Amino acid sequence: MRWFLIILNISKTHLLSRVKQTSIAALGVTFGIGAFIILMSFMTGLNGLLDGLILNRTPHIHIYNEISPNLNQPASLYSDLENSMHVIHSIKPKQTQLKIHNALPIINYLNTNKEVKGAIPQVKTQVFYTAGIIELNGIVTGILPLEESRLFNFHDYIIGGTPQGLKNNLNGILLGIGAAKKMSLKIGDRVQLATPKGDFISLKIVGFFQSGLGEIDNVQSYVNLKTAQRILGENANYITDINVKLLDINQSVPMSKAISKQFNVTAIDINTANAQFETGTSIRNLISYAVSITLLIVAGFGIYNILNMMIYEKMNDIAILKATGFSGFDVKMIFISQAVIIGFIGGVLGLIIGFVCSKLIDSLPFETEALPTIKTFPVNFNYLYYVVGIVFAMVSTFFAGYLPARKAQKIDPVEIIRGQ
Amino acid sequence: MKKVLEAKHINKFFRKPVLFQALNDISFSIDKGEFVSIMGKSGCGKSTLLYILSTMDTDYEGQLFLNEELITGKTKNELAYFRNKHIGFVFQFHYLLPEFTILENVMLPAKKLGLKSHEEIEHDAIEKLKLLHIDEQAFKIASRISGGQKQRVAIARALINDPTIIMGDEPTGNLDSHNADNVFNIFKELSEEQNLSLLVVTHDKDFADKTDRIIEMGDGKII
Ligand SMILES: Nc1ncnc2c1ncn2[C@@H]1O[C@H](COP(=O)(O)OP(=O)(O)OP(=O)(O)O)[C@@H](O)[C@H]1O
Ligand SMILES: [Mg+2]
Repeated sequence: MRWFLIILNISKTHLLSRVKQTSIAALGVTFGIGAFIILMSFMTGLNGLLDGLILNRTPHIHIYNEISPNLNQPASLYSDLENSMHVIHSIKPKQTQLKIHNALPIINYLNTNKEVKGAIPQVKTQVFYTAGIIELNGIVTGILPLEESRLFNFHDYIIGGTPQGLKNNLNGILLGIGAAKKMSLKIGDRVQLATPKGDFISLKIVGFFQSGLGEIDNVQSYVNLKTAQRILGENANYITDINVKLLDINQSVPMSKAISKQFNVTAIDINTANAQFETGTSIRNLISYAVSITLLIVAGFGIYNILNMMIYEKMNDIAILKATGFSGFDVKMIFISQAVIIGFIGGVLGLIIGFVCSKLIDSLPFETEALPTIKTFPVNFNYLYYVVGIVFAMVSTFFAGYLPARKAQKIDPVEIIRGQ
Repeated sequence: MKKVLEAKHINKFFRKPVLFQALNDISFSIDKGEFVSIMGKSGCGKSTLLYILSTMDTDYEGQLFLNEELITGKTKNELAYFRNKHIGFVFQFHYLLPEFTILENVMLPAKKLGLKSHEEIEHDAIEKLKLLHIDEQAFKIASRISGGQKQRVAIARALINDPTIIMGDEPTGNLDSHNADNVFNIFKELSEEQNLSLLVVTHDKDFADKTDRIIEMGDGKII
């Protein structure tokens, strides 16, 4: 410890007597780390936003009943035909209902699973929005608004209303903003729905739904689960979809397989549904890291240069230190510690500058149709990038200092003294 | 009498630019408390010998004993420690760390040795500076004092760890006669009062005459 303080004291004196060179070297690191922080915060912020666009509102596992022809046709059950080839033309799916069999017990079962953050029911149905003589195609989904909001950030897509507002009004509807515009409806107005059974039902608009994807916003509306069941004239166990959010998204593939086997339903995992998103995210991350590492390598060369120069200037000092009993290792540590001090100071400054710039970007206005609740540029203030940044600064400057320091370690004091 | 330093059959060759024997079968010893000077023509190998004796140059043939301990063949780190503890070296050109204060320059070898507390070391350093009448400069930066003053600081630094032997390569070479006399008197006092051994290379005949013994060198040999 004492030894370390002596070494540190010597390097401090060296650095302080060359404020200009030291600051230039440190500024190189500051620049690199600052850029790293800004890039990472902004890029991952953007990633978060783009992921939010799809991934956050997509269930990790989506359970429903797919209508498809039965694989076990009667011909294959008949034992006399067992060893022959069956040729059956135009197999049609059997008329089954969209309802998930035993949906409520499945939901209860899933919600007790430790891996599951939440499993919630939905009821989907086709309707027509009617306003005067206009009839528009529509889809109404019955949901549990608060649960949707908790698990799938549903509130991000509501304009002029709240999930609570929908929950409180069994005759309320969150109308798709596209449909609302076409029918020029305002919040508080009533909209007539024609149900598949031919009934008409009038609901009050408690807010608009805007996903940012025009095709969806033209048709999709949300009501309470009970309201949707009422529209269809079904009772409380009529459920067409179950959306599951897991604690760990990576479990979605095995879980969905297990569910579909256990309950004989179709269960689609998010990876299958949105494979391309992962790729985009990782490529953006790759670019950010590549740029930052390049900047830091440039800064590292700067430090390498300056330390190299310093060692030539400090030949005499090195000879004196060695002549008076400092070992080669001591001398090496003196120069390495200088590099690391430069790295640390430059790095901390870089973090500060990175943070300030990120704050600045964070306050710039950024309006997008896709995310009505976002008003400024998305910036991710994850402390992990700051940890990575400072570690990176210290490690890279360590290596930049290591080679010159090794040279100093090997300097033969006799040669220097003789050279005078 | 205890031998502080003993050289046995030391040969030194330079291989570049051509093979050249700088030292030829050097054998001699120095007793405790002895003040010895080395004289000889320029280029006869005095400095070369001193670098070997001070353990800084390890590329030689023969054996070197310090404090009756074989030094030849020790690792670089062991030698650094040995130098730090037992040898005080004064160069021809007053080598100080230019950005450190006088006091820090003197304290540094003691800090490296690490046997005493910071306060003790500081106290000792001031004492050594007083001995050389330069203590009033203690807090100046080393690059801001005169050549003669630097030389005296270098001597104070050589003394800080109470070494067994002090070696000097023309330590008075840059000093006026007044300061040279002063340095000589300090050396003499140290050798007589503190029983310190000294080995000093000099061109100054008057200086050498006043020492206990003169080793005369010529063409890499003792004559
Ligand atoms: N690095 C070297 N490579 C080759 N030859 C060298 C080297 N250093 C010294 N010499 C030679 O060794 C001989 C002894 O040199 P040294 O420096 O020991 O002389 P010196 O007695 O100290 O001279 P001076 O009194 O001028 O200081 C000289 O002839 C010199 O040319
Ligand atoms: Mg010489």
